Amino acid sequence: MGRKGRIRFATVWLGGCSGCHMSFLDLDERLVELAGLADMVYGPFMDAKEFPRKVDVTLVEGAVTNRANLAMALMLRERSRIVVSLGDCAVTGNVTSLRNQFPVADVLATFLSCGEGSVPAMDYDAVPELLPRALPLHQVIAVDGFLPGCPPEPERIWTAIGCLLRGEPVELGPEQLTFG
Amino acid sequence: MNRADLRHMAEAERERQERLRCRIMVCAGTPCLTAGALSILDSLREALDESRLAVEIEAVACGCMGPCSRGPLVKVRQQGKKEIIFERVTPDLARQILFSLVKGRRPPTVSALPHDFPFLARQMKVVLANSGSIDPERVEEYVAAGGYGALAHALHEMTPEDVCREVSVSGLRGRGGGGYPTGVKWNLARKAPGERKYVVANGDEGDPGAYMDRSVMESDPHRILEGMALAGYAIGAEQGFIYVRGEYSLAGRRLEAAIRAAERTGLLGSRVLGSNFNFRIDIRTGAGAFVCGEETSLMASIMGRRGQPRQRPPYPAQRGLWGCPTLINNVETLATVPAIIGKGGKWYAGIGSAASKGTKVYALAGQVAIAGLIEVPMGTTLREVVFAIGGGIPGGKRFKAAQSGGPSGGCIPAGELDTPLDYESMQRIGTIMGSGGLIIMDETSCMPDVASFFLDFCRDESCGKCSPCRVGTVEMHRLLRRITGGAATMDDLAKLEELCELVGAASLCGLGMTAPNPVLSTLRYFRDEYVEHISRHRCAAGVCSMAEVPAGPEQEALVHATGVAGEEA
Amino acid sequence: MSVVTLTIDDELVSGRHGETLLQVIREHGMELPTLCHMEGLSERGGCRLCIVEVEGSLRPVPACSTVAQEGMVVRTATDRLIRYRRMIVELLFAERNHYCAVCVSAGNCELQTVAATLGVDHVRYEYLSPRLTMDLSHERFGIDHNRCILCTRCVRVCDEVEGVHTWDVSCRGVRSRVIADLNHPWGRSETCTSCGKCVQVCPTGALFAKGAAVGEMVKDAGMLTRVIEGRDKKGWNE
Repeated sequence: MGRKGRIRFATVWLGGCSGCHMSFLDLDERLVELAGLADMVYGPFMDAKEFPRKVDVTLVEGAVTNRANLAMALMLRERSRIVVSLGDCAVTGNVTSLRNQFPVADVLATFLSCGEGSVPAMDYDAVPELLPRALPLHQVIAVDGFLPGCPPEPERIWTAIGCLLRGEPVELGPEQLTFG
Repeated sequence: MNRADLRHMAEAERERQERLRCRIMVCAGTPCLTAGALSILDSLREALDESRLAVEIEAVACGCMGPCSRGPLVKVRQQGKKEIIFERVTPDLARQILFSLVKGRRPPTVSALPHDFPFLARQMKVVLANSGSIDPERVEEYVAAGGYGALAHALHEMTPEDVCREVSVSGLRGRGGGGYPTGVKWNLARKAPGERKYVVANGDEGDPGAYMDRSVMESDPHRILEGMALAGYAIGAEQGFIYVRGEYSLAGRRLEAAIRAAERTGLLGSRVLGSNFNFRIDIRTGAGAFVCGEETSLMASIMGRRGQPRQRPPYPAQRGLWGCPTLINNVETLATVPAIIGKGGKWYAGIGSAASKGTKVYALAGQVAIAGLIEVPMGTTLREVVFAIGGGIPGGKRFKAAQSGGPSGGCIPAGELDTPLDYESMQRIGTIMGSGGLIIMDETSCMPDVASFFLDFCRDESCGKCSPCRVGTVEMHRLLRRITGGAATMDDLAKLEELCELVGAASLCGLGMTAPNPVLSTLRYFRDEYVEHISRHRCAAGVCSMAEVPAGPEQEALVHATGVAGEEA
Repeated sequence: MSVVTLTIDDELVSGRHGETLLQVIREHGMELPTLCHMEGLSERGGCRLCIVEVEGSLRPVPACSTVAQEGMVVRTATDRLIRYRRMIVELLFAERNHYCAVCVSAGNCELQTVAATLGVDHVRYEYLSPRLTMDLSHERFGIDHNRCILCTRCVRVCDEVEGVHTWDVSCRGVRSRVIADLNHPWGRSETCTSCGKCVQVCPTGALFAKGAAVGEMVKDAGMLTRVIEGRDKKGWNE
């Protein structure tokens, strides 16, 4: 627990489009409410370079698709009490894992060759190495709750956060549980 | 043909054989043919022609003699002498055997099996009585050995009820693996209302390592035809089908020839043996699907549809081929029936153990000194089969386990060697009798690897109709590959066991229901090996090549997360 | 017509002689998930979601292809059954590439709904990620094998209702594929009448009308009964 018994709350952006974080922002005025109950200690919206220790709840967006994601996943697991997969990419692999039907080399070949003229579209050496397959988070680390949806609507996120703030496991009704 | 004609045929053939000085029988079953039996036969016949001995000595292509791993096998039958079996014969050796016979000297004994060879002496042959002793392509030889006598007797002296009763009295149970009482099945089919009924012989033997049915079809096809005709008479059917798996082309050809010969001589067709009973048999050839051994898939395949099972009930006896009552028996079951009708159900019931009567044919394979086909009374212990008959484990290795029942069965560990081989005892120790394949494994076998092999088989053979089997077997195989590849966690083992439960309980047909058995039974007796693979990355048998797990938690996590690469769905 | 009386989930219910357990269960307003079953088509018994426990039977049986018998004692929602159903849905998701987020049937998909109803919030099994194709050769419709669950409703409706049997299944196991004619592009099929029934009965986004974007493919659930009833009553003459 953080100061005055407040929950230490983090969000992480792995291999996803950040749509889940957009949806999280769409909590709108409820964000103020959340800020009153929890300390936001890490996330794309925070000015924190390193994932801190002793985090209570971490919501993770995106699939584990490269080396950096893998290292991050392991670290956040070690440092968080509760880890929740946020959105379909983290839960199922989703669009990020569309590439799984092809060998990594084929996927990269497309990127490296389709730039303007003979210039590669990207400098692959500068980005983290892709894993053989993009994986749902629970295939890499133990995950305590699942929040499907692409993106999960703010209402779903709020329901899940409600559960987490009360110290309960994430439980959503069927209408909030659909993939996609 | 009537009963008198049948007797004449038998007598004429016996006399012909007695006039010969010697008969040299060359096994022309698939194992011996692959070992070169044809060239032996050619060289013998050539030599007989050259030396003008063909009138007094005959070279015969016969069926399987049993010790297949010692083939090609040649049996010499001389008037008034004990028969001698020669193993691993070559064309040159065959000539030597022939000329030593001609010159009156004893044949060279270098490769002869001893007269009290335990592999042969300890067996009791009922279904295989004629295998290796008659030419399967000549109906006369089957008749001379007493063939079609049971059918003639039944058609003229027994009612269909009598035939069913005799089969019930014998205590015969389905030899395809189910073990359902054959008499009960026949009675159900007999009593089922319907003007048209069918008899089907299931020769779609598909378990890896098993070839009992193939051998019977190749070595003694008329025995199956007679059994089918008896079944047809008993239940009131006029049409039979033999479903032969596509890979068994030789068996199919011999059956085809046997059917033609039987029809030509009036042993099949209209007014069989002078009675009012008509019976025709057609062959249907499978196209390589294991699931077609399951009776509802087999029927779909016979009717020209996709070979897929359907929910039972209704059972084939209620609604079978084209909606008509259909009796489906395994080839071996049907091949037992002529002996039961000929010698009486009581005689048959006197063989075997309390609830499992009669004899059973096994295909002994794997790490055993003599591999081949054997027939022993029900209740014979595995120890006797492996050590007394099979000659033990070669190379001074230790017996580890035997897989019975193929991919639907389970393993029998060394601690259960004294278990009698019968339906109940085998079920008690977590396996099944199955169709009769026995794969013997020594200490160089890794049990998770064995389970993975069988799951791979089931995954590949799943027809795809029901989702638990279609996807469940694939996921189970993936988990097993993780285990044998050193990429698994204990959580994966738990997932595997849960999938075993689902696939076994929720699948549509026997293929899926029994697919988890190899996993469950190896887990029952060899759980340590699974755990050792998972937690110590070690395969004691030295079979599995474990994934190289590079140092560092990140690498390890990656191996666990991605599993073992290299499998196409 | 004779009546059978049986117990379903501790409730004494009656059904007509010859009815399946599924019919009796649904007539009494009880819920049971199904995917391959469809009113008006022959039963397949393949998805195994409707498995129920019948006292005296060793294994669960599929309600859709089990005839209700007098005195049966049936349970539809034991812990074991619910666990099995969840596992089956997980397996279906793992089998092919079901990306709900980019599916024409998202929001109107039976697989998606069944999963949510059963509380399947993630899939524990390895995704098989097979490389599958789409066939867009037909003028009006498309088939995306990535989303096919092999329920064969399309095969059955084409054979049993439209009577042309354009669709069937090739290969076996997880390699099974729904094919048109003898594995021809759908658009070049000589038997297809372009009636579109297969599209309407498909429970997922595997069969769809061209032009539909994500979530826009809404299937006409009542189509089949309307067609069959209309045919029986010669409803189209008036």
